[in-house]
Formats: sequence, C-alpha cells, structure tokens
Amino acid sequence: MRLSKILKNSLLVLTACLVLSACATKKEVATDSIKGQMQGDVYTGTDTVEYLAEGVPDRVFFATNESILTTASRETLRAQAAWLRKNPSINVVLEGHADERGTREYNLALGERRANAAKDYLMTYGISSDRITVLSYGKERPVDSGSNPLAWSKNRRSVTVKAN
Amino acid sequence: MLKKIILFFIILIPVNAFALIEVDITRGNLDPLPLAVSPLSIDETSRKSFEKILKKENIGSEISNIVENNLKTSGLFNPLDKKAFLQAPDIANLKPRFEDWNLIKAQALITGKVNYVDDKLRVEFRLWDVLAAKEMMALAFTTVPNNWRRVGHIISDKVYERLTGEKGYFDTRIIYVSEEGPKTQRIKKLAIMDQDGANNKFLTLGNELVLTPRFNPASQMVTYLSYFKNMPRVYLLDIETGTQEVVGDFPGMTFAPRFSPDGKKIIMSFAKDGKSDIYTMDLENRIVEKITNHPSIDTSPSYSPDGKYITFNSDRSGYQQIYVMKNDGSDIKRISFGNGLYGTPVWSPRGDLIAFTKLHKGKFYIGVMRTDGSGERLLTENYYQEAPSWSPNGRVLIFYRETKTDSKGEGFSAKLWSIDLTGYNERQIKTPTDASDPSWSSLLSN
Repeated sequence: MRLSKILKNSLLVLTACLVLSACATKKEVATDSIKGQMQGDVYTGTDTVEYLAEGVPDRVFFATNESILTTASRETLRAQAAWLRKNPSINVVLEGHADERGTREYNLALGERRANAAKDYLMTYGISSDRITVLSYGKERPVDSGSNPLAWSKNRRSVTVKAN
Repeated sequence: MLKKIILFFIILIPVNAFALIEVDITRGNLDPLPLAVSPLSIDETSRKSFEKILKKENIGSEISNIVENNLKTSGLFNPLDKKAFLQAPDIANLKPRFEDWNLIKAQALITGKVNYVDDKLRVEFRLWDVLAAKEMMALAFTTVPNNWRRVGHIISDKVYERLTGEKGYFDTRIIYVSEEGPKTQRIKKLAIMDQDGANNKFLTLGNELVLTPRFNPASQMVTYLSYFKNMPRVYLLDIETGTQEVVGDFPGMTFAPRFSPDGKKIIMSFAKDGKSDIYTMDLENRIVEKITNHPSIDTSPSYSPDGKYITFNSDRSGYQQIYVMKNDGSDIKRISFGNGLYGTPVWSPRGDLIAFTKLHKGKFYIGVMRTDGSGERLLTENYYQEAPSWSPNGRVLIFYRETKTDSKGEGFSAKLWSIDLTGYNERQIKTPTDASDPSWSSLLSN
C-alpha cells in the first residue's frame, strides 16, 4: 500500500521532470535563433542599422518601457557626437520610437523620452541643443512589422537623422 | 447643417403611465426580447415621390430595416423574420391583431407610416405591447427626405428608451482613423461614419499622419493629433466647415487631446525634455493652464462628466497606472492596483465608471472600474486592443483591435469593435478600410 503510493508519487515526479525538461529544451531552441541579436530584451544586432558616416551608426535601442541608454548605446552616441563636432553645419532630428505592445498615447510620450535620453547624451558630449530636434513617432513607424520579441526590440529605438 | 434638422415630435396618444414590457440592460443579453418591426406603410404617391428623390424603391422598408438592424446589434432585442408576419403593414399600424403577433412569439411590435408632405418626409410610428394588447408609444415627426437614415435611428432610440428606461445611442456618429498600407508605412486619414457604419466619409487626405480624433460632446467639433509639417500638434477641426487650427503655441509635441464635458476646453499632454505633463486650453480666451507637474509621463487625460475631476495615465509609480485628481491638478490619487499595466482611462458619461486598457502577461484587456478603483471588471481579452470610447448612454464601449502578423510580418489588420458593459455582445463594426482610434459622438438629436 505504502510502497505503491511512493512509487506512484515518484512516477509523478518523473513525468513532471520529463515535461519540464522537454519545455526547457524547446525554449533554448527558440532563444537560440535570436541569440547574438538581443541582450536581455535590448536589440544588439545590426540588421536595421544605417550609418551616418563610416563607424557612426544612426540608432540606439532600448529595453521594454525603458529609456535608459545601454553601454553600447552610449558608445554609438559618442561616435555621433564626434561626427557632429567634425561637421558643425549638420543639424539632426532624433526620432524616438516605441514597439507595438503599448497604448498609443503613452508610446508617443515614451518615444519622446527615449529621443531626449539620446539628446541629453549628445549634449554632454558638446553638441548644442540648437542643432538637435526631437520628434516622437510613438509606435507609428516600426522598422520591423513582425509580432515577436526580436521585431519589437528593433522597433524600440532612437534614430539620428540628418535634418539638412 | 446637422443642427438645422428640424424634428417635430408630436405625441399622438398619451403614453400609458404603468410599465408594460421592460428590458433589463444591466444584465447580459442572454435572452433578447423577441419583437416584430413591421415595414412602415407607404401610399403609392409618396412611394413614387421618394423613389425619385432618394433612389430607394420603398423608403418605408428601408427605414424599418435600419430600426431592425439597430435593435438587433444592441443585443437586447431579437427582431423576428418578416416572412412570418401575418398582417399587412398599413392595417397593422391602424389596429394590430395581437393574436397574430402573439402567434409568432413577438412581445413587442413596431408599426408606422411614411408620407410625402410638402417636400418633406413625415413619419409616424407606434410601439405596441403584444401580450398586454396595448399601445406603449406613438410619435410623429417631419424632416427633409435626405435624413431618412436618421429617422430610422431616431425611431430606434425612442423604442430603446421606452423599453429599457435609458436613452439610446443610435442617432450618433463615430469619428476614427482609417488605415491603409504596410505596417511600417501606414497611411492614416480621419474618417467619420454613422454609428451603424453608413455614410462613411474621409476628412483628411492622408498626406500627414493623424491620430486620436475625439468629438466635442457639445458640438460638431473634433480635436486630434496631426503630424502636419512633421510637427506633432493637437488640432481643432470643425467637421461642418472643414476649417482647422492648431491648439495653443507649444514649443514641442502636444498629444492625447480631449474636450471638457461642456466643450469649452481642450485637455491634452505636452511633452518636453523627456517628460509629459497635462495642460488645458480654454477655447474662448485661449488661456493655457498647466495641470500636472511631474518628471514622469502624464497623459491620456479624461474629465468626469461634471467636469470636477480628471482621470489620467501616469508612470510616476514606475509603470503605467491610472490616477484621478481634481480639475485643478490637486489631490492626485492612484486608483489602479491590479496586476499589470493600465492605460487610456476614459470616464463614463454616466459618471460611475472608468474604462481602461490593461496589459498583463502579454495580453491586452478592455475593462472598467469604479472611479475609486474598486470593482475592476475585464470585458474582453485579445492579442492587442486599446482605446475604449463610451456610447453616449454609457452602456457600450467601442475600441480597436490589431492582429498579430505571421512569420513573414504579414497579415496585419486593425478593426473597430464594440462590446456591452456587461461583457456580452462583442461585435465588429465594418469599415471600408482598416480602422483605429474610434470616438463616439453625443446623440445628434435629443
């Protein structure tokens, strides 16, 4: 009686383990395909990136609901600042964007906040605020129309665009 | 134009004071009331006159079709098949044979008559309680023939009101954003249509991005966000004259506009230096007032119907939540405390509830809560949906829903949907293109 109960329980545990490990493997495969393109949920790939000049990427990426600049973003913005210092006649528009997984009005504000995070950083590296315009598109202009975490990570961005 | 429509209501026979049939709209529509909408009868001369003017073979049937469709989509009524009707429309309107209508299980009956009188369309209609064999209501009115669709909506409103005890919402319009093209380059236009999807009209050409149009509850004005000249600003549009103007003189993006209940102010967000605050502008004296002042994002403001309070969306706690404050910005209280993020609060025209969008574990919900945040009820769950707008009687919500794209990033669509406050009767509202950001007008006639 007792033994059968123990056996039954251990059988249950065993089945549970099998189910769990199956799940774990599946998940690994799924994340594997986007490995190297995301860190946490910040996009680290180069698919959508364009260049303002050689070695000067035009955009930085953000985590969900965040406007904090990552180490990589700060590096990109320092390169942009150096390029802007070398080209004093060029003005820029910082276009802030959000992914599709948020309400429209909040995302407009979030896009503005992201572009301003980039603007503040450029300013600390000597670029005058007169040369920078901020424009938020919220979730209105995604670069990737996919409905998956990788697509969303590409869309959470601030893009520096030449204004003249 | 719209305001000029003259409707003469004449009560033909005093309405019986004691209650006959009653429809309870506070519960789900599990048992819609069976009713018969007899086609409005029309004499041959009138029929021919209207056929010439309106290009409709039988305007009497057309009007009753509108009534039937409205009552059906409300989910509270079950209009019976006309093929089963035993009595001719003209005779039914004079004196229904209640046994015949009882036989087909109709509990209520609508009859009526259309006439062409002095270049006008004259309608009379009656609502009958079949079981009690009594007349419940009789009304007549006159208008220009072109208003025939509105006549159908007004009859629907009167019937709805008589049977439920609450104002209807059929003689109303919806302003929304029409969408076309690939997701990465959507073309968006302002569009307007009747509540049932008829008379769709585009108000802008699609040259610039437009978002979030909202009706003035007191007039035919609309406020919306336009990216005209790549400067996102709140605009005011008179849909009768087509004139538009930018609202206020802000050195940055203004967005999320709505009117105050009296229509005299616009409340909106202004974003600057990474923070968004709430402002109002008085449309008469142009005075701008700052209502909130916080380093967070404060947006999506909506007034209570008495104008004394404002509900809004803020991430001052770290994430998007719903707050309520007095109309001068004092006494700010967070009211959403459930799991997940909350956005787009909209105060019900009845004053008792706030509708919202909720994001929880990757799903979007449309829900309602009391104005103190208690009694949260989620009405519908989906991959993506947001931006509820109330019917003027506070019984139905309209919102938009987007679909997931496939692995190639294709198959995207955005559509308008409505749902009853009870959580039942979810329906798609057909639009010629994809659609989002709906806003419901007040009743055009009262």
